[in-house]
Amino acid sequence: MCGVCGCSDGAEEHVHERNHAHAHAHGERAAKLQLRGSSSLKIEQALLNKNQRFAEQNRAFLAARSCLAINLMGSPGAGKTALLEAIVRRAPELQLLVLEGDQATERDAERIRKAGCRALQINTGTGCHLDAHAVGHGLATFAPEPGSLIVFENVGNLVCPALFDLGESARVVVLSVTEGDDKPLKYPHMFRACNVLVLNKLDLLPYVDFDLQRATDYATQLKPGLEVFAVSATRGDGLDSLSNWFRSRGAAR
Amino acid sequence: MHELALTQDLVSLIAEHCAGRQVTRVVLEVGKLSAVVPDAFRFCFELCAAGTPAEGAELEIVELAGRARCRECEREITLESIFERCPCGSISLELLSGEQLQLREVEVQ
Repeated sequence: MCGVCGCSDGAEEHVHERNHAHAHAHGERAAKLQLRGSSSLKIEQALLNKNQRFAEQNRAFLAARSCLAINLMGSPGAGKTALLEAIVRRAPELQLLVLEGDQATERDAERIRKAGCRALQINTGTGCHLDAHAVGHGLATFAPEPGSLIVFENVGNLVCPALFDLGESARVVVLSVTEGDDKPLKYPHMFRACNVLVLNKLDLLPYVDFDLQRATDYATQLKPGLEVFAVSATRGDGLDSLSNWFRSRGAAR
Repeated sequence: MHELALTQDLVSLIAEHCAGRQVTRVVLEVGKLSAVVPDAFRFCFELCAAGTPAEGAELEIVELAGRARCRECEREITLESIFERCPCGSISLELLSGEQLQLREVEVQ
């Protein structure tokens, strides 16, 4: 039994409310159905409703503690963890809490702890994204102090995580210059879903064919108002302004 | 492969509504601008439905076209996929519809 939803582990038990379906059939099809002794149930429910309910629970859990969460996404190897390590070291006063999502290992949570903040690892196994239910359990285990700023570092993936609301108040996508400046065109869902784009690995720019302006233009055309930061998590470029963005999120709690 | 997680949700949603009766047909609406692949759903459905009332049911996927407004030329256009541009060349599109992912109905015996 978990403290988030009062559930045990079965999927069906997680549904707390629903609109009830009613028998519904028309004309020729209805006649055929009756002949076969069958009936048609009109359901009209979104498949993402279940995740959405857990996301709203997470949002309420966070709001009750004056906490805010950020969903950090990007490809494997984009530098999400390196970026968090750098922010943790640069802005220790933020007292970030990090929920790490990976298919396997504790490596990222260990890195974040070494950098100086609390971290909890969620292993999704074969799962390609964090979902709001797993994050709810993570938050309950974490028991964040009131006023915490929490980062959900999602599973490295530019596709699936974009679909699943976790209860965050901002979404950040990290794109490194080694991945190519056309990624917003190839993965439009992700860039449309985010509020902030971090272009990482600026230190490698001399060695790759990546046009910062082009990547920024593609992304901001898909998502007008997207905030863009160009940084190098390892060399330190641009980290002051990105840390200030995290501070501004912290102040919004 | 988020279709697997979504198909598991689809199967539990069906189970909630069919009250243990055998399901013969499932109608799923998939918007052409939603980030899912209908064929992946078909593949996952057979696996996820096994051992549930939806085992052996026919899965009908109704694909719904997308609509968007271009922020450059302000035209309203129909989109067959999320990767299309406006005829004016712009990718700056405000999506109006086409992201549905909804269980429409089930037939039970």
